[in-house]
Amino acid sequence: MSLSTSAESARELPPPELVRRWTRARVAGIALLVLWGLVGLGIVLFLVTSWNPDLFWRYVPRYLSGLWVTIQLVAISMVAGALLSIPVAIGRNSKNRIASGLAYAFVYAFRGTPLIAQTFLVYYGLGSFRPQLEAVGLWWFFREAWYCALFAFTLNTAAYQAEILRGAVASVGRGQWEAAAALGLSRLTTLRKIILPQAFLVALRPYGNELILLIKGSAIVAIITVYDLMGETRRAYAGTFDFQTYIWAALIYLGMVEILRIAIERIERRLTRHLGR
Amino acid sequence: MESVLTILSFGPEGWGDDIATGMMVTVSLALATLPFGLVAGYAIARGKLLGDPYLRAAADIYTTIFRGLPELLTLFLVYYGAGIAVRQVMRLAGADTAIEINAFVAGMIALGAVFSAYASEVFVSAFKAIPRGQYEGAYAIGLSHRRTMRLVIWPQLIRLALPGLSNLWMILLKDTALVSVIGLADILRQTSIAARVTREAFLFFLVACLLYLILALLSSIVLSAIERRVTIEGARQ
Repeated sequence: MSLSTSAESARELPPPELVRRWTRARVAGIALLVLWGLVGLGIVLFLVTSWNPDLFWRYVPRYLSGLWVTIQLVAISMVAGALLSIPVAIGRNSKNRIASGLAYAFVYAFRGTPLIAQTFLVYYGLGSFRPQLEAVGLWWFFREAWYCALFAFTLNTAAYQAEILRGAVASVGRGQWEAAAALGLSRLTTLRKIILPQAFLVALRPYGNELILLIKGSAIVAIITVYDLMGETRRAYAGTFDFQTYIWAALIYLGMVEILRIAIERIERRLTRHLGR
Repeated sequence: MESVLTILSFGPEGWGDDIATGMMVTVSLALATLPFGLVAGYAIARGKLLGDPYLRAAADIYTTIFRGLPELLTLFLVYYGAGIAVRQVMRLAGADTAIEINAFVAGMIALGAVFSAYASEVFVSAFKAIPRGQYEGAYAIGLSHRRTMRLVIWPQLIRLALPGLSNLWMILLKDTALVSVIGLADILRQTSIAARVTREAFLFFLVACLLYLILALLSSIVLSAIERRVTIEGARQ
């Protein structure tokens, strides 16, 4: 066999051997993918066989209203938490020992305890102070599970967001402050025009993660009788004992989180395109 | 003030002993979940890094699911789903007995799945931070693949992954509180019962929060001791 013919036949051969080789990783990968496929198929089959139009159309509006409650809860507490996180972050960086100590205690307490325990503390715990709360005219607020959930979630996310904000501002180099001062910019202008735009790029991903964590964490309000998506799901399951109620909820939550994750990734890629990373 | 001390005491009138058992349950659930979550997370990370697209896709599906679902929903899916599955299997086997799924085991599976999904990402970025030259150098001096991992890669991997894993441990500790919802007698469950019986809700939930804070504090002491131990002065971080 001459060299030229083997080279010619090589040109007609299918892609190199490496691609077709059945390594252990490939076998395991395909086996696991098949397994996932079977799980997915099983879920689809389960949903098809237990398909009940009456049930489905009865619960669609309830799920939608639950979804709306979840979105409201997350949106309001995220924004309120962002506002509250600003003084906390300033306090954390303050040279005043008392202010920085208080801010640190706030952040540590809310990040170190479970959100569900905080929610219980607000909803059930503050009920112990009903006479005092009535006296100051705040009882209407703490009587409602919805407001209590908002209150607890806002404080919780404020603690996390304060750390994000602080970290992001600290990530901008000292030189930026010094250069702005040399140009005669005031501290507020420096912050607004120079530091925050750069800090925002660093903070975008952590903020996105915090938003996703808040969506996932919001499911616990179902325990204190708020009918969010999880609450409606629990009610539907209690009424039907049909496991598909939970599957639908899982699909909605997964869809929501995935859309957000992809959106944040897109935004980040768009905003950092000048950095070439 | 005296009544507060009485209801928190360890005697028959006090709830101290009940809450202490709850604390034991919380700690043991977190400790029991940890090894399972670490091993699974490591295995998934290896699966993502072996370079096979199919294996990577399978691992990515796992992380997407367990990082995307609310932990509470994962817990319910495991708890009720496993109950239904067991009942179906028993029916097929001909036995019609109602078997309760243990809340502790359900919590372990659900929290372990979530932990491993996040841990796999921590391990992946730690592996990526170790330069190729480390493997090449180890092979060049004749170490086998296994010894390369054990003597060269793992010591660096632990150091790189430790901060991320510490964070995950803290999250795990807090997530155990969710298992109280399906009836596990942990800190939150025990304090809830005490709160309902004594009508001192604020006091008992405050105690619950303080206990979680104490656990977080103890964990950070232990974790920073571990960190000191694995850090080598002057080593590349």
